[in-house]
Amino acid sequence: MQLSCPAPILQHETVQMAHGAGGRLSQELTARIFMPHLQNAFLDQLDDQARFDAEPGQIAFSTDTYVVSPIFFPGGNIGELAINGTVNDLAVGGAVPRYLSAGFVLEEGLPLAELETIVRSMAESARKAGVMIVCGDTKVVQKGQCDKIFINTSGVGFIPDGINVSCRNLKPGDAVILSGTIGDHGMAVMTTREGLSFQSRIKSDTAALNGMIRDVLDVVPGVHAMRDPTRGGVAATLNELASSSSVGIELEESAIPVREEVRGAAELLGIDPLTVANEGKMLLIVPEADAEAVLAVMRANEHGREAVRIGKVVEEHPGMVVMRTPFGSRRIVEMPLGEQLPRIC
Amino acid sequence: MKFIDEYRDPERARALLDRIRRKAVHEWTIMEICGGQTHSIIRNGIDQLLPPTVRLVHGPGCPVCVTPLETIERALAIASKPGVILASFGDMLRVPGSSKDLFMARSEGADVRIVFSPLEALQIARDNPQKEVVFLAVGFETTAPANAMAVWQAAREGIGNFSELVSQVMVPPAMSAILSSPGNQVQGFLAAGHVCAIMGWEEYEPVAERFHVPIVPAGFEPVDLLAGILQVVEMLEEGRTGVVNAYGRVVSREGNPQARKIMNEVYEVADRPWRGIGVIPASGLVLCEAYARFDAEKRFDVGHIAPQESPLCRSGEVLQGHLKPSDCEAFGRECTPLTPLGATMVSSEGACAAYYKYHRNTTF
Amino acid sequence: MCLAIPGKVIEIRDENGLKMGTVDISGTLTKACLEYVPEIAIGQYTIVHAGFALKIIDEEEAAESLKLWDELIKSGAFDTGHDLPPSSR
Repeated sequence: MQLSCPAPILQHETVQMAHGAGGRLSQELTARIFMPHLQNAFLDQLDDQARFDAEPGQIAFSTDTYVVSPIFFPGGNIGELAINGTVNDLAVGGAVPRYLSAGFVLEEGLPLAELETIVRSMAESARKAGVMIVCGDTKVVQKGQCDKIFINTSGVGFIPDGINVSCRNLKPGDAVILSGTIGDHGMAVMTTREGLSFQSRIKSDTAALNGMIRDVLDVVPGVHAMRDPTRGGVAATLNELASSSSVGIELEESAIPVREEVRGAAELLGIDPLTVANEGKMLLIVPEADAEAVLAVMRANEHGREAVRIGKVVEEHPGMVVMRTPFGSRRIVEMPLGEQLPRIC
Repeated sequence: MKFIDEYRDPERARALLDRIRRKAVHEWTIMEICGGQTHSIIRNGIDQLLPPTVRLVHGPGCPVCVTPLETIERALAIASKPGVILASFGDMLRVPGSSKDLFMARSEGADVRIVFSPLEALQIARDNPQKEVVFLAVGFETTAPANAMAVWQAAREGIGNFSELVSQVMVPPAMSAILSSPGNQVQGFLAAGHVCAIMGWEEYEPVAERFHVPIVPAGFEPVDLLAGILQVVEMLEEGRTGVVNAYGRVVSREGNPQARKIMNEVYEVADRPWRGIGVIPASGLVLCEAYARFDAEKRFDVGHIAPQESPLCRSGEVLQGHLKPSDCEAFGRECTPLTPLGATMVSSEGACAAYYKYHRNTTF
Repeated sequence: MCLAIPGKVIEIRDENGLKMGTVDISGTLTKACLEYVPEIAIGQYTIVHAGFALKIIDEEEAAESLKLWDELIKSGAFDTGHDLPPSSR
């Protein structure tokens, strides 16, 4: 008779605490989920750090942590957001994004199939954006200690000489350009959140914008400022720009594009689309003389087809964003307070 | 968007404004009762476009704003009990009690949830039979039938773990209170269109007659509001009183009798304190005897909680139209949306919040 | 006080013994209780507040009153040709 210990299960369906403990299961997770999708010359080294050559110009460095509920939403998932978000944060500074890190906090019990879908999306998004994920880390926490999956990505890019894009560069007379419709991402997430009785066709706009930004800077290197209006929406971003440059911004309400279904959801929930998050849109502040050239370049790109001029930078009311209504009156566009709540009244 | 875009048409709005300018020969003070209308007026800058002869003052029609401090404190006390899920509308959760709001209670471990409809709260109760689910039922007459339906349905299905903390208020008693207050300046009213969708306008006729004022049920879009204002101005200039409807596509004289039937079965009229104003006789709704078992105040024994308001806050005068938000000493200083002293600064529908958000100063 | 938005009823069903429906608001669908508008039919517009249909919108009335305004505007009863003078406030 032969006695044998039961062999440990290696083929799990869900994330286990041991997947983050650095032992065999960690290796298994890397080999089975991460490497097949993310593999590249840097990751193959299996060193504790990635090494790469610096390019001429300034180095741009950015980090962001992604938490979103639900992790899968119409138009994308948390993995795409994590890549596109950091790529965009680098690109709006005028940098060419190159290398990203990816740190995962996984909740025990997360189906591995879902993790793999997310990792696959990250790989595809990175490929599309022309960046490489060169280092990473995974930790597992007990059930209830995080919401399925949190991802941090940090990124490095290089700003070519002669580019100076900054939130402090706004000048009175500049044109304010928006790359397309607002509120798509935030409303897509809000209307799929469990518990609220909605259904919509709204899709997240998550996209990497570095290609379009490159094209714009090639034609107009003198762009004054660029930002991607994510959390807090266009309202928050323009308020930040106005106060950083101590100028006023004046918007035309009728010029701001909002998709019909986003408007419907916004009306229903009592939320102003100006304060809703975007993940594939950008705001550009450019000298008035360059505005048409910038618009032409943007409209030739798939992410900028609906690019429009929405307002201008003014000397008056520094630090303040003012909206001209279609009725000829004006109101202040306030910095949004915090979480956007559906209201009944 | 059908039934919205037509009523945001700038050309129609300009035509109405022109008419109002020409009609308003004398100076008039008009109150829009409803906070939703206040929000729309400020957001669209309608007050800037009216001739100097027409002055709008903002009324107490925001259920979040007038929910008394004691109700918030009671909700906080209930939410902090083990095994309780407290649900309410999103805008209710930021209203400050004496020391915290429901969001802060959530960060301390309370299970506080946002719902869009009272029936969602009832569904939470169905899904969590081992928990007590309490719905903080605030609202004017518009919301009362919805809040009543949740209780009515809970009774019908025998859902024993559902209850309501009720803070229902009604418009006509508040209107009468404003008109009979010694400092009253209001000469005509825009009545809240969606309240009237339920209640009709019959009950406003005695108010109009007693106080000799025009009352005009109006909608919420710029063209609706301007049509309502024009109607009030015309009546004032011609010395007419009474009720004339300016929101025909939604409001009829008899309102919605089906909705009132359930509302009257579940709730009964009672005296009610309004935050910042005080008790207004017969201005609220409470669960009636047959549904008393769904009363969270009794179920959790929190009826004795009765806290004090901040002495700086003058929201009562704002709510009655005696004071513009920007004339309050604390406005924009001690009291901002981040550090609200009173509910009018908390609710996005509150007059103080609307002023802060859209034109806290007029230097632009 | 009461945010209520117009939309079109596209589906009617029974849920827990209540008449419920789906209302289309420019492509966003929301669930609404139709108990208070028992005679409502698919294709009709209603106004939704807190997950409840409050009233069936009177489309005829709406069309008529808009037509009336527009005829008045066209007839020149209103002077819309100029920009509004700046208000004193």
